[in-house]
Amino acid sequence: MDTQELKHLQNKAKEIRQLTIQEIGNLGLGHIGGSLSIVDILTLLYYKMMENIDPLDPRKEGRDKLVLSKGHAGPALYSVLADKGYFPKEWLMTLNQGGTNLPSHCDMNRTPGVDFTTGSLGQGSSAAAGIALAEKFKNSGATTYLIIGDGESQEGQIWEMGMFAAQYKLDNLITFMDYNKLQIDGTTSEVIDLEDIVQKWNGFGWFVQRVDGHDIEVLEEAVLKAKAQSEKPSIIICDTIKAKGFSPAQGLQSSHHMAFSKEVAQKALDDLLAE
Amino acid sequence: MKDITSYTDLRAIYTDTLIDLGKSDERILVMEADLMSASGTKPFKEANPTRLINCGVAEANMVGVASGLSSQGFIPFVNTFGCFATRRAYDQFFLSANYARQNVKLVGTDPGVTATYNGGTHMPFCDAALTRVIPDLVVVEPGDGYSLHHLLKAVYEHKGSVYMRLQRKGNPIVHSKDTKFELGKGIVVQDGSDVTLIATGALMLSQAIEAAKELAKENIKAAVIDMHTIKPLDEELTLAYAKKTGAIVTCENAQMIGGLGGAVSEFLSGTAPTIVRRVGVQDLFGEVGQLDYLIDRFELTPEHIVQEAKKAISLK
Ligand SMILES: Cc1ncc(C[n+]2csc(CCOP(=O)(O)OP(=O)(O)O)c2C)c(N)n1
Ligand SMILES: [Mg+2]
Repeated sequence: MDTQELKHLQNKAKEIRQLTIQEIGNLGLGHIGGSLSIVDILTLLYYKMMENIDPLDPRKEGRDKLVLSKGHAGPALYSVLADKGYFPKEWLMTLNQGGTNLPSHCDMNRTPGVDFTTGSLGQGSSAAAGIALAEKFKNSGATTYLIIGDGESQEGQIWEMGMFAAQYKLDNLITFMDYNKLQIDGTTSEVIDLEDIVQKWNGFGWFVQRVDGHDIEVLEEAVLKAKAQSEKPSIIICDTIKAKGFSPAQGLQSSHHMAFSKEVAQKALDDLLAE
Repeated sequence: MKDITSYTDLRAIYTDTLIDLGKSDERILVMEADLMSASGTKPFKEANPTRLINCGVAEANMVGVASGLSSQGFIPFVNTFGCFATRRAYDQFFLSANYARQNVKLVGTDPGVTATYNGGTHMPFCDAALTRVIPDLVVVEPGDGYSLHHLLKAVYEHKGSVYMRLQRKGNPIVHSKDTKFELGKGIVVQDGSDVTLIATGALMLSQAIEAAKELAKENIKAAVIDMHTIKPLDEELTLAYAKKTGAIVTCENAQMIGGLGGAVSEFLSGTAPTIVRRVGVQDLFGEVGQLDYLIDRFELTPEHIVQEAKKAISLK
């Protein structure tokens, strides 16, 4: 990636963070933390890596797909989809309101561009494996991307999927674990520790990498390596900061689902732009 | 414990009651699946640091572990959102907790539309129906703060598993200090002779009382019953009011198939066929929105109850 492109993507990530803070800030409460920790991953995917995607044809055959299994981070994905033109940006201001097309958790039947319905943690992971298996049957060559949370990784279903994807050699499945080290009730190490996470996934027969989840350049390299794998599914453990770019609560447990005033939102936006 | 009326949220009554019970009984455990902050049970942890077991985001494992703890004499109160409590851990609750005859108190929070901003994926419409089909299980949904406080004690004393639907927020006061609460015994909140509104849960009990007021304006005398225990159903009271009023409207913040309306209809159809109209969610999935929007969207308003009451009366 050349410096110009990197700069462009970094700016894009900033815009997405801005939109997400506005979107949740307009409602006054929401899952700001887990939304902002995946913005760099989403930016890299939607503005660089994903092939055959078309905002005017959201269900295009043979496109790369993304399953956001930590469905509560929907607001970040909605910012990306709105920015790309899947739907008007004004929709972002309807988040969670009665009759909206943008519910708190991802809904493939309501939101153009959302590839699978999620919200019950763990479930998106198996759906993504099913999609990847289908792409194999169809010989589409498409890649399925999956984003899971670290707290979410406590669900047994994640590990059932892990064995399944290895068994069926789903090398077209690339998973990101958003390792922000926080869940609702505390740090993951306090609640139910995930370590040694790299060794765990290795033991499940996956191709494992661990990178800085906010470094777009490094993330790209990891995705390219993952794509070059044959036979093994890939997981990229992304070290991230919860609520990254939201000054009032960056890195805090309280950012998981928080209420904040319009003034706090404005202050956060000012701080973000000054960064 | 503080005076019940001084609480703003039911969840605080839930936790304080457990803290009280826990003082004299060390077998009481509280279990959470990364939703302690939502359930509001942190004060229990502060009072009993080793007796709050956070299982992380792993509901099926939590209910299974609770069953094992129960087999060794502990009494686990297991909390998570109602959708996950039932759908996510149903087989574990069915087999390890109930079929194995254990003593697991499963508490599903945010019933029905009270899941509001969490949306359709989190909106427990089917938990009442799902749990009601488990043999011998007690299924309860308190109608106010007093009800929660006293029924929770009864749930603790009951030997066997229980599913409780628990609205976290608000603390409507319907009953009084002197009301007697017993599992399986409905409470006549107000008497009436034209139609009986049988309601369950905090939201719908309040709606039914509102509806009765509206009906009174038109000189229709509606009885209101708090049917806090959906299973076992208070058949005696149901039968008495079916005979007395000849028209029944059930009110529940849940899928109307298989819940309270189902229970009342099933019972009456074989004993004293009576017109039963059901107010509840009509075979729909949940969706996101503010509480008021959802109450209207899923037709859970006093106006809907009034409408159904009139229909029931007209069909007598
Ligand atoms: C099956 C299930 N259980 C519980 C929840 C409630 N819940 C939503 S987010 C969350 C914590 C998730 O932690 P993590 O995966 O680390 O999310 P992040 O830090 O990325 O926001 C929980 C328990 C849920 N959505 N699904
Ligand atoms: Mg996390």
